[in-house]
Amino acid sequence: MSQESYSCPKNRADVIDAYFLEHRAKLIDLAAFLDRVDRAKPESEEADCRMVAMKKALQVLLAPGPFRARRVQEVFSDYGRDLPDSTEGMKGAIGAPTGEKA
Amino acid sequence: MRYIDPHIHMVSRSTDDYQRMALAGCIAVTEPAFWAGYDRSSAQGFFDYFRLLTEVEPRRAAQYGIQHFTWLCINPKEADDPGFAREVIKIIPEFLKCPTVLGIGEIGLNKNTKNELTILEEQIELAANHDQLILVHTPHLEDKRKGTLLIMDALQNQGQIDPGRVLIDHVEEHTVELVLDRGFWAGMTLYPDTKCTPQRAADIIEVYGNERIWMNSAGDWGPSDPLAVPKARLEMTRRGHSSASIDKVTLENPQDFLSQSPRFQLTESP
Repeated sequence: MSQESYSCPKNRADVIDAYFLEHRAKLIDLAAFLDRVDRAKPESEEADCRMVAMKKALQVLLAPGPFRARRVQEVFSDYGRDLPDSTEGMKGAIGAPTGEKA
Repeated sequence: MRYIDPHIHMVSRSTDDYQRMALAGCIAVTEPAFWAGYDRSSAQGFFDYFRLLTEVEPRRAAQYGIQHFTWLCINPKEADDPGFAREVIKIIPEFLKCPTVLGIGEIGLNKNTKNELTILEEQIELAANHDQLILVHTPHLEDKRKGTLLIMDALQNQGQIDPGRVLIDHVEEHTVELVLDRGFWAGMTLYPDTKCTPQRAADIIEVYGNERIWMNSAGDWGPSDPLAVPKARLEMTRRGHSSASIDKVTLENPQDFLSQSPRFQLTESP
């Protein structure tokens, strides 16, 4: 399976015409979110694992090659091997592995 | 336009949603047993829930010409207490005789704990012993990839489960290929914030093909959209996909998988 097979029925210009403004807006939303985080006073010196993962994911967007969505999902995934006995004391999923360090 | 929404939690939706889905072309839904937003205090609570799924919802759906089928289990979130979960598992067999029950689901993992995995294995055994189809819930967000692998291992370790009779739901870009490569069916859930958007679901079909895959709304009590499947159809139309290709993933594939249960008989043939 390869993204090189041009499996989207639309041509490239049509895809850009159809989706550019929507994703331009999402990118500006993301920039504004990062600014908002910077304007908020931190409660500790340690970087939040979600923001560390997000910054790693942003690098994926700039790297060449296909399957960017899959690679971003992998950045946000837990690769740990341990299985806790129960959920006692655990929080729900937060969107990024808790061990992520800057 | 006709479609099947093969995973939706109508107990959490209003009757108006049935009407809107019927107007959008929905001819059938299947509803897995799930976490209702709170932990039930007794196995009797599940007995009542299973009656809702097998008696009340089929009647409510029928008012709008929609056929309602269901799946039964204890969901992974409430399965973390093995003693409690086993009390619930004991009452499932009597409901498997109901004419709209298609199998065991949505079983799986939530936080990938040993307790959840133990109960998953016991419910896989239940499905094997009663020759039932299986619908699988995979964990959320960062837990999804690891949980999907653990679940597939548990299914294959049982030894009697045909992967062609198991649908692994909530796949995303990082898990869809893992699931399809092992011979299982894959479900994409269309949610506004988590899981897949209609656009990303269409992308996944363009990249990984349209065999052994379906899409569903999983509409429930949280942010979700019972019209997500017709919206994904519209997205595929907008991109220039053929009607045949769109029907395949929203009507024919669900019918092919679900028809492995003799109970899944559509009154209106697609």
